[in-house]
Amino acid sequence: MSTRLATGGRLLNRGKQVTFRFNGKYLKGFEGDTLASALLANDQMLMGRSFKYHRPRGVVASGAEEPNALVGLGKGARFEPNQRATTTDLFDGLQAESQNHWPSLEYDIGAVNTYLSRFLPAGFYYKMFLYPRAFWKHVYEPFIRKSAGLGKAPTDADADSYEHFNATVDVLVIGGGVAGLQAALVAGRSGAQVIVMEQTAHWGGRAAVDGGTIDGQPVGAWIATVVSELETMRNVTLRLRCMGAGVYDHGYVLAYERLRDHAPEDDGPRHRLWRIRTSQIVTATGAIERPLSFAGNDIPGVMLAGALRDYAVNWGVSVGDRVVVATNNDDAYRTAITLKGVGLSVPVILDARATGGGALAEEARGLGIRVENGKAIAKVKGGKRVTGVAICAQAGEGAVLEDLACDAVAMSGGWSPVVHLWSHCGGKLIWDADQAMFRPDPNRAPTGADGQAMVIAAGAANGALDLAAVLADAHKAGEAAATATGRTVKAGEASKADDMAYAPIAPVWVMPQGASYALRSKSWLDFQNDVKVSDVQLAAQEGFTSVEHAKRYTTLGMATDQGKLSNINGLATLAKSLNTDIPSVGTTTFRPPYTPISMGAIAGEARGRIFQPLRRTPLHDWHAEHGAYWEPVGHWRRPYCYQRAGESIHDAVSREVKQTRASLGLLDASTLGKLVVKGPDAGRFLDMLYTNMMSNLPVGKCRYGLMCSENGFLMDDGVVARMSNDTWLCHTTTGGADRIHAHMEEWLQTEWWDWKVYVANVTEQFAQFAVVGPNARKVLEKLGGMDVSKETLPFMQWVEGTLGDLPARVFRISFSGELSYEIAVPASHGCAFWDRLMVEGAEFGATAYGTEALHIMRAEKGFIMIGDETDGTVIPQDLGLSWAISKKKDDYIGKRGQQRSHMTDPNRWQLVGLETVDGSTLPDGAYALADGTNANGQRNTQGRVTSTYHSPTLERGIAMGLVLNGPARMGEVIEFGKTDGTSVKARIVDQVFYDKSGEKQNV
Amino acid sequence: MSDPVSALNGASFDGLVTLRDRGPMGMITLRGDLGSGVMAKAVDKALGLAIPALCRIEPAKGVCQGQSAWMSPDELLLIMPYGQVGAALISLTAGLEGQHYLAQDVSDARALISISGPDALVREVMAKVTPADLHPDRFKTGDFRRSRLAQAAGAFWMPEAGRINVVCFRSVATYVFDLLSAAADPASAVDYFR
Repeated sequence: MSTRLATGGRLLNRGKQVTFRFNGKYLKGFEGDTLASALLANDQMLMGRSFKYHRPRGVVASGAEEPNALVGLGKGARFEPNQRATTTDLFDGLQAESQNHWPSLEYDIGAVNTYLSRFLPAGFYYKMFLYPRAFWKHVYEPFIRKSAGLGKAPTDADADSYEHFNATVDVLVIGGGVAGLQAALVAGRSGAQVIVMEQTAHWGGRAAVDGGTIDGQPVGAWIATVVSELETMRNVTLRLRCMGAGVYDHGYVLAYERLRDHAPEDDGPRHRLWRIRTSQIVTATGAIERPLSFAGNDIPGVMLAGALRDYAVNWGVSVGDRVVVATNNDDAYRTAITLKGVGLSVPVILDARATGGGALAEEARGLGIRVENGKAIAKVKGGKRVTGVAICAQAGEGAVLEDLACDAVAMSGGWSPVVHLWSHCGGKLIWDADQAMFRPDPNRAPTGADGQAMVIAAGAANGALDLAAVLADAHKAGEAAATATGRTVKAGEASKADDMAYAPIAPVWVMPQGASYALRSKSWLDFQNDVKVSDVQLAAQEGFTSVEHAKRYTTLGMATDQGKLSNINGLATLAKSLNTDIPSVGTTTFRPPYTPISMGAIAGEARGRIFQPLRRTPLHDWHAEHGAYWEPVGHWRRPYCYQRAGESIHDAVSREVKQTRASLGLLDASTLGKLVVKGPDAGRFLDMLYTNMMSNLPVGKCRYGLMCSENGFLMDDGVVARMSNDTWLCHTTTGGADRIHAHMEEWLQTEWWDWKVYVANVTEQFAQFAVVGPNARKVLEKLGGMDVSKETLPFMQWVEGTLGDLPARVFRISFSGELSYEIAVPASHGCAFWDRLMVEGAEFGATAYGTEALHIMRAEKGFIMIGDETDGTVIPQDLGLSWAISKKKDDYIGKRGQQRSHMTDPNRWQLVGLETVDGSTLPDGAYALADGTNANGQRNTQGRVTSTYHSPTLERGIAMGLVLNGPARMGEVIEFGKTDGTSVKARIVDQVFYDKSGEKQNV
Repeated sequence: MSDPVSALNGASFDGLVTLRDRGPMGMITLRGDLGSGVMAKAVDKALGLAIPALCRIEPAKGVCQGQSAWMSPDELLLIMPYGQVGAALISLTAGLEGQHYLAQDVSDARALISISGPDALVREVMAKVTPADLHPDRFKTGDFRRSRLAQAAGAFWMPEAGRINVVCFRSVATYVFDLLSAAADPASAVDYFR
């Protein structure tokens, strides 16, 4: 039975009881408990079922490395799956559900998989389910998806808020154990700007549990002293519950602060993602204990030795009255000594080393604990919890020498430095055979922009496992980090701890060393993904000799814990199977984040109203108030149409088109790009950017221009107006404004840097409105202030002056085929001017129209639209726009591209108009059918629809499309395929459907 | 003539700090050779302003109420009361006659939001949305930054301790204001800057 001890628990506040629920059951714990410690205190040893075989699993660790104790936490909008019980602080009202079982944790039908394990070996996905092909999708995958899996995805929108925070510092210390604190102290005293962060809610790390003395005082007192000194330093920031998640190029670090996980009802953000830019990073991330690979090492009650110690010391929890310790190193003796000290029984310490341990072993013996050298666990007995162990010789094959009843097993296979953050950005490792660990290679650290090391590992994370060595190493790390940022470290003595005599570790990768297949197939390497010693050996046997291949084949280390416990044991097993040494097998790649971080933290504030910047024109609110049905155009929102009560979208669009053609329509065109290009070389520059001439455009006139990419493809169009002798105003498409501005700057900064041209993007300076229709001029005349008559302001000219009483530029341009003016006024006056237009236009039935009416009217006139007629593969010549390509110019961007053979191919599809024979509207994007099929058995095609609308003006479907030899085939009827397999006939016609002679716009 | 209406139309928000729309503000984008004597003279004559140093903003000398901010090696942002832009442009055009330059009125293309409150909190709220280093030793009164405000472009400066002025494009003014309001949520203090 696991239970709460009568006394002890340094992190507990026994004065404050806390109630929580696990699988619906009400349980009690104390403030300061983790969910794992509280469950153990309630004898809830069984915490989940394994991924593949649904084996009963209990907690194995006490911290971030925990693979088994994953729960679904919270309810509804605060539900989150796969939360580790060991890193979940207990709070009043906490609700947790265990995962991956049906119908219940205690009786799980999926556990039958464990009997099928013979049929589910490494790579079983690839082997078993290849044939018949269709079975994979319809039978095997659904079955596997149901039987294998961890938590369920949440169904409700997250109720919490999240944020980011940027900080720039000199030294970032990741890890708040004694190493991190010592390094931060040295760096802080030098005057460097320091952040020191700790993933748990407490400073000091393991040292407070493991004991010892520093500078003559108990470790706990030293920690308190150092923390309070750091707190007084203005240049040092301390953060608890803050984990270094990832190290990236140039000293960029992401850290994950959990602000409200332990108090979810409090106001404020739940998580904060720190985006830190730092000169130096000290990784004082400690070490993780390795399990031992013996049969039954996954049975609830088998735990890491250090974890058992943590539960006793930190939370006053006994995992069992009788604990057998199995180890290959001295550290696990501390667990035996600790447990003995709290009054529990340790029947035996099985030390796999033939020569046994050092000073700690002597101490254990002194306490009367039986110590057996050269002995091992043959197998653990029990189902849902440990009932005993069978003891054997480590050197043998597992012949049982003795059966021993016990309630728990403490195992220790040695300690692996947490090298993840060191490795994220390219830090290399060396295999330290003496200590049986990979540790950071100080000569191959991750380097920053200057080529110098930017990460320094400190303490246990650097392979220094003994307290004295940890302090000395951390002092050195703090000094190096501060010095690297240009600070001077005052000579001072590092804090000192007493040296201790340890016997060396003996690497033990399987227990016993000659374990039979039966034992190996019950010896777990990866608890979370159910990978056993036998699986890795099978992978090696089948030729997966690269560690990365073996990992993927077996799924070793691919679960949410990313193999924190399993990696080293797994690759050691692989090395042994391949008869090679561990360093030549190497490690798999360490990638951020160190442990899973919430999606909310990554998104930060970007959700709801501020998910993305939404660009609003000065008229945005007016549109909203007048029934705008929005269309996103880039980040802008533009009205697609304005719906009136009882009107369908189609009705609204038709009304807008008809009213504009008949009398007066108004369009908010403020989103159109407006780029001012000025300078002595501006004309020459524009001649290069546009396919036609712009340098010879007279002041006061407008010209339609095309812009192509270097490859000759049409990328933007718009009207250019000459403002003055050295200034042009280039209109771009709505989506093109920023892109074309950047395009211009790129050419000016990289290619024609000596040309005297300046460009400014003044898109948002102006509210710009199209005033369109037969009565357009009358409205402007009513406003007064400017002569807008046909004589003074003919088509394709512009003028600046005062309209109403506002400064305005009036462009006589038309995208609808009607008499049309585009008027630009300062954006701050946009709303007022629009209101005036509506008032003065009321007698003409002034009608606001949206983008769809705009599109229909331009299509009726046969004008192309960037993004409809163009798609990045279309050149102006395809669109009958050769007239807009200057023959006089030596060069323009895209000219050479357009001369390539494929571009001059007479068989390129050409733009034409299309009219369905039955008057219906062609489906958008439909292909024109040709005879026969291609090499892939697909129907041959001879064209496609680029724009298609129902024209309210002509009361029929109209379309434009690119068709093989189109312009030469006027009048011919071709067929377009529909998605239902039928086709529709359409006649090739001129693309100008409305007012071919252009009389209407030229009045 | 109607009164100019800013994008945020006088919006304000109180949280960790106070946000306030500063209303219509005169702004001119001026590009040219910032090192030339002619440029210095023209800017001085038009607005009584000096050419600012790298990443700095200069307040006006004497009676003029303007500021000049460093935007890039060949670009300044001149800030002045909304009504003074016309006269300033005329003066600049005269002063830069014969030079290669560009001067454009961008008053209506921008929004200006002021953030005020305890200095540490003002920095903190901004540090949630911009990667620029806002430590008091490295971002001081008179410093000017062009940077990012979460997903939008922006510029900001510190006219005095406890105040940061933020300039962004008009179309994203609501986004930036909402963004800063979220960052200024009263329960979200970071307690970082001291």
